[in-house]
Amino acid sequence: MARKPRVKSGRNVEQATTGVLTGRVWQFGDDVDTDAIIPGRFLTLYDPRELAKHAFEGTRDDFAGGAEEGDIIVAGRNFGCGSSREHAPLALKGAGIRVIVAVSFARIFYRNAINSGMLPLVCAVAGDIRDGRIAELDLEGGILTVEGKRYELEPVPAFLREIVDAGGLVEYARGLSEVTTCREAMM
Amino acid sequence: MGATIVEKIFSRGCRREVATGEVVMAPVDAAMIHDITGPLAIQKFREMDGKRVFDPGKVIMLFDHQVPADSIPAAQNHIFMRMFAEEQGIRNLDLTEGVCHQVVEERGLAAPGEIVVGADSHTCMYGATGAFATGIGSTDMGFVLKFGALYFRVPGTIRVEVNGTFPNRVGPKDLILSIAGDIGADGATYKALEFTGETMEGMGMAGRMTCCNMAVEMGAKAGIVPPDRITWAYLRGRRRMEPFELAADPDAAYLEERSYDASDLAPQVAVPHNVDHVVDVGEVAGTRVDQVFIGSCTNGRFEDLKEVAEVLGKRKFSDGLRVIIIPASRAEYLKALRAGYIERFVEAGALVEAPCCGPCMGGAFGLLGPGEVSLSTSNRNFKGRQGSADAKVYLASPATAAATAITGEITDPREV
Ligand code: SF4
Repeated sequence: MARKPRVKSGRNVEQATTGVLTGRVWQFGDDVDTDAIIPGRFLTLYDPRELAKHAFEGTRDDFAGGAEEGDIIVAGRNFGCGSSREHAPLALKGAGIRVIVAVSFARIFYRNAINSGMLPLVCAVAGDIRDGRIAELDLEGGILTVEGKRYELEPVPAFLREIVDAGGLVEYARGLSEVTTCREAMM
Repeated sequence: MGATIVEKIFSRGCRREVATGEVVMAPVDAAMIHDITGPLAIQKFREMDGKRVFDPGKVIMLFDHQVPADSIPAAQNHIFMRMFAEEQGIRNLDLTEGVCHQVVEERGLAAPGEIVVGADSHTCMYGATGAFATGIGSTDMGFVLKFGALYFRVPGTIRVEVNGTFPNRVGPKDLILSIAGDIGADGATYKALEFTGETMEGMGMAGRMTCCNMAVEMGAKAGIVPPDRITWAYLRGRRRMEPFELAADPDAAYLEERSYDASDLAPQVAVPHNVDHVVDVGEVAGTRVDQVFIGSCTNGRFEDLKEVAEVLGKRKFSDGLRVIIIPASRAEYLKALRAGYIERFVEAGALVEAPCCGPCMGGAFGLLGPGEVSLSTSNRNFKGRQGSADAKVYLASPATAAATAITGEITDPREV
């Protein structure tokens, strides 16, 4: 009998999917590729904080020094397109970003972000949110409030929230000796 | 409401009804890593306290991106992976057989109804043999190596119906480039593409692989051709498996249905630096090129080399041009060799290399210098993909590549 996946809380947990965050909005627009997030010449780095020093280098130079814990990246369509490098979500995580709100995400980036313990949130009108504003993000309610306007966020599936709450897929997987697959769950 | 082929595959894997949008922890039937992504996946497996891989018989390790090793770090990666294979008892290991995706297909390691993952974005190619196959990151792969399962959101499907007969010198690559131009580089994100219609039904495995290979260039999670007589005939002798029915229900719910006509298609070219910036060859004809690359998992098969040989005839490739031809695998190389094509290519002035990725991802030999222009039968023309960020890469079919290699400038294959 396989064990149900369980996450030990308390270790490396930042409760990324609950609570209220207040932070500055960094608006990036459409089609941000992973080369822009972290240029190829820094791929020999693995430490998120080191990577963060070069996030958006050359495309948005005020980000690396200016981003603070709790700030929110907001973007239009296809955020994180291009190569599957996992350095991209790590660089943003190192800069203090926990949440990215976009109209849509490139698929592999979305997974890599979840696996790195970040929360990618989909919001149909995220492209309208203005840069530099202060946003309040109610993670449980799924509402982003900026300049008095409320933006609804698509809910994140419970299982993905579990991974984010564990701190990422490595932390999630470490304590488990096995997982219950959809096949075994029925048996 | 009926089920799509993707829903059926996940329902089969989960042994219960699964619908689009559900997130499931599905068992995988095979997991492929190669010499670039393998080392990081193994590292993640270890960080997850992985001791033994879930099933050494289902893990596939293929070396192709930097083969033979072109640097000491590449050689170290190879050593690291071989040690891991030995420690874990992984026998689906090959050091010199060819491009990973081609080898997986040739060995029948991805069959209809299976769920296959690979730490490489073009894993979606195995949809040609009716598998649900998708590329994943290294952390995901570490998880798969440990548990033999991965979470998936069951994607909705775009049905792509293709009818009509290809005109002379126009084929599957032109079709998939034109579809990419139409759907766009993010038009199928999170979605699966199901290729149907009489053109697909009449298409051989090589062409189906070309089409499924490029599904990811539209952001798709997978591309799939419903298995039919041609699929099962290909798998005979490669995989012990009784043929069975696997097709979407007639009333399956698609996100979108698109139809294309192959009979009025011109040779297509993707111009720098976007795969979805696609034009008829006439619009770029006359562009001087410095290199022509014929190969890769997209177009390095015998059928592609045959097309090149036919366009070439008894002529020579243009002087002052590097023509690099790389069969996708040892098996494809041998077929081309026995057909006399390899001798013809060498006589005509090409560099024919042993099976590997070659210049496709700009990691090994055949790199472009600043200002150089290449026409390639591979699948990506991003800035810097094949060398200098100041180089330009055009993507086209083997026929267009052959015609271009003969004249030294982008040329319509119907006109040489
Ligand atoms: S041939 Fe090119 S696209 Fe295919 S696996 Fe190799 S590098 Fe990737």
